[in-house]
Amino acid sequence: MEILIASAIGTLTTCGIYLMLRARTFPVILGLSLLSYAVNLFLFISGRIKLNAPPIIGSGAYTDPLPQALVLTAIVISFGMTAVLVIMALGAYLTAGHDRIDLYADKEKAIKASARIRGHESDSRAEDQP
Amino acid sequence: MSPLLILPIILPAVLAGGIILFASNALNLQRAISVLGTLALLGLAISLSQAPTQAYFLGNWPAPFGIALVLDGLSALMLLLTASLALIILIHTIRTGWDACGRHFHALYLFQLMGLNGAFLTGDAFNLFVFFEVLLIASYGLMVHGSGEARIRAGVQYVAFNLLGSTLFLFALAVIYSTTGTLNMADLAQKLPQIAANDTGLIRVAAVLLMLVFAVKAALVPLQFWLPGTYANAPGPVAALFAVMTKVGAYALIRFGTLVFPTDLPATTTLLAGLLYPAALATIAIGALGTLATRTLPRQIAFAAIGSMGTLLLTVSAFTPQATAAALYYTVHSTFAAAALFLIADVCRTRRDGLTAALYMAAAIAMAGMPPLSGFVGKLLVLDALRDDAIAWTAILLASLLTMIGFARQGSDLFWKSPSAEAPAQSKAAILLCLTALAALTIAAGPITDQLTLTAEALHQPAAYIAANHLGGPK
Repeated sequence: MEILIASAIGTLTTCGIYLMLRARTFPVILGLSLLSYAVNLFLFISGRIKLNAPPIIGSGAYTDPLPQALVLTAIVISFGMTAVLVIMALGAYLTAGHDRIDLYADKEKAIKASARIRGHESDSRAEDQP
Repeated sequence: MSPLLILPIILPAVLAGGIILFASNALNLQRAISVLGTLALLGLAISLSQAPTQAYFLGNWPAPFGIALVLDGLSALMLLLTASLALIILIHTIRTGWDACGRHFHALYLFQLMGLNGAFLTGDAFNLFVFFEVLLIASYGLMVHGSGEARIRAGVQYVAFNLLGSTLFLFALAVIYSTTGTLNMADLAQKLPQIAANDTGLIRVAAVLLMLVFAVKAALVPLQFWLPGTYANAPGPVAALFAVMTKVGAYALIRFGTLVFPTDLPATTTLLAGLLYPAALATIAIGALGTLATRTLPRQIAFAAIGSMGTLLLTVSAFTPQATAAALYYTVHSTFAAAALFLIADVCRTRRDGLTAALYMAAAIAMAGMPPLSGFVGKLLVLDALRDDAIAWTAILLASLLTMIGFARQGSDLFWKSPSAEAPAQSKAAILLCLTALAALTIAAGPITDQLTLTAEALHQPAAYIAANHLGGPK
C-alpha cells in the first residue's frame, strides 16, 4: 500500500513537472493539475494510511480527520485556481493568436509555429529557437 | 480576546461581496464603499497597533484545534502599512479613472486587502496558505484589469508561477503535519525542538520548501522571473499595490524564521539564513543591473523593487533583533518608495511635465537610498546592523550607485529627450501622499525605530506570542 501510494505521488509529480516546463499553455495547465493531484494525495496520507477506520474518536481505531479537512480545502482552491488559469489562457490565446506561455518577442513567428503544430502536439523544440 | 481582530478580514470581504451583489453597475457607489471601507481599515489598523499581543479564536475553539488569529507588533505594523498604502492607491485609481476601465475593480481590490490582512493576522500555517490564495486570486483579477494582449499573457505567466508556489506550500505543510501533528505556528514553535532525531531531515526539507514558497512571493533570485513582466504590464495603481505583495513573502520569512525555525532550533539551526544570504546578494546584483539595463520605466522600477527586496532579505538573513528592526524600517520605506515610482510611471504614460519630473527625482532618490529621504535612513540602519559584513556593505553600496545611475539616465531620457504629448494633467495627489509618508518616516525616524526595535525584540523572544495562543487549554 505504501509503495503504491508513494509511487503514484512520485509519478504524478514527475509528469506534472515535465509538463510544467513546456512552452505552451495547455501542457502547463495539465501539468499544474497533475501536480495538484499529487499534492492532494500527499496531504491526504500525511495523517498516515489507515484502512476502514472512521475519522471520529469512538471505540477502537480511528483515522486522523484533519488531513481530510485540509485536502478538501486544497481541492477546492486548486480547482478554482485551475479554472481561473484556463480562462486566462483562453483569453491570452484569443487576443494574441498563439498560446505560447513565454513572453515571445516575434509574434508572427509564434503564430506560424502555433498554426503548424496545431492538431498534433509534436515536439516543437526546433521552433522554440527564435 | 477582542473581536476587533477579525474585522480587518471580515469587513473587506463583506463590502466586496456587497459591491458585487448590489452595486455592480454603480461606479460612484462602488467608489464610496471602497473608500469608506479602506478608511475603516486604516482606523482599525491604528487602534490595533496600540493593542497588546493577543489572539482571537474563531468559534471559540481553543488553539491548536481551531483557527487562531494572532496580533503582535509585526502583524499590526503590516496591517497599518497595507491600509495606508491601499488608501493612497485608491485615491490615485479614482482620480485617474483606472477603475472605470473594466468591471469589478473595487470588489477585487477589497478582496485583495482581505487576503493581505488575513495573511498578516493568521496564527496558523494552513490558513496562511488559504489567505495567500485569497490574495493571489484577487491579484490575478487586478493584474488583467483593463485587459490588453501583453497584460493577459503576462498574467498567465504570473498565475502559473504562483500556482506552482502554492503546490510547494502544500507539500511543505503536509510534511510538517506528518512529523509534528500540528500546523498552529505557536504550537509548532513549542513542538519542533522536541521532535525525534530521525525526523529532523523531514523538517529541514519542509523548512527549505517553505522558504522557496516565500522566496517566490518575495521575488528572491532565482525565483524572481515572474516579477518584471507582471509589474511592468499590470495597470499602474495595481503595480503600486503589488509593492506590498512582495512584502508578504518577507513577512512570512521573518515570521517563520523567528518563531517556527529560529536559529537555535537544533533541526534547522542556520539552514535558512545560510540559504537566504547568497540568494539575497544575487537579488541585489540582479536588481541593480536590471535597473541599469532596462529601457522602459515600469520595468526599471520592477528591477529596483527586486533590488530593494534583496537588501531587505539580506538584512533579515542576519536574524538578530537589530537587523530585524532595520529590515522592518526598510520594509515600510521600500513599499512607499516603489509605490510612488509606479504611480509616477502611470502618470508619465500620457504627460511628462516639470512637476512629474520633480516628483520622479524625489522618489528615485528615496529608492536609491540617497539623503534626505527615508531610503538613506533605511540603508544606514541596514548597514549599521550588518556592521561586520564587508561583502554586504560592498553589495549594498555598489547597488545603490548603479540604481542611482540607472534612474538618472532614465529620467534624462524620459523628461528631457522624449517629447511629451499634450494630454490633460493627471492628479498627482496620491504620489504626493506617498512622498509625504516617506518624509514622515524620515522626520520621525527616531521614535519609529524605537518602536520597531521593541517589535523586533519581541519577535526574537516569541514567549508572548506563544502565550497568547493559550495552548494549555482555554483560559
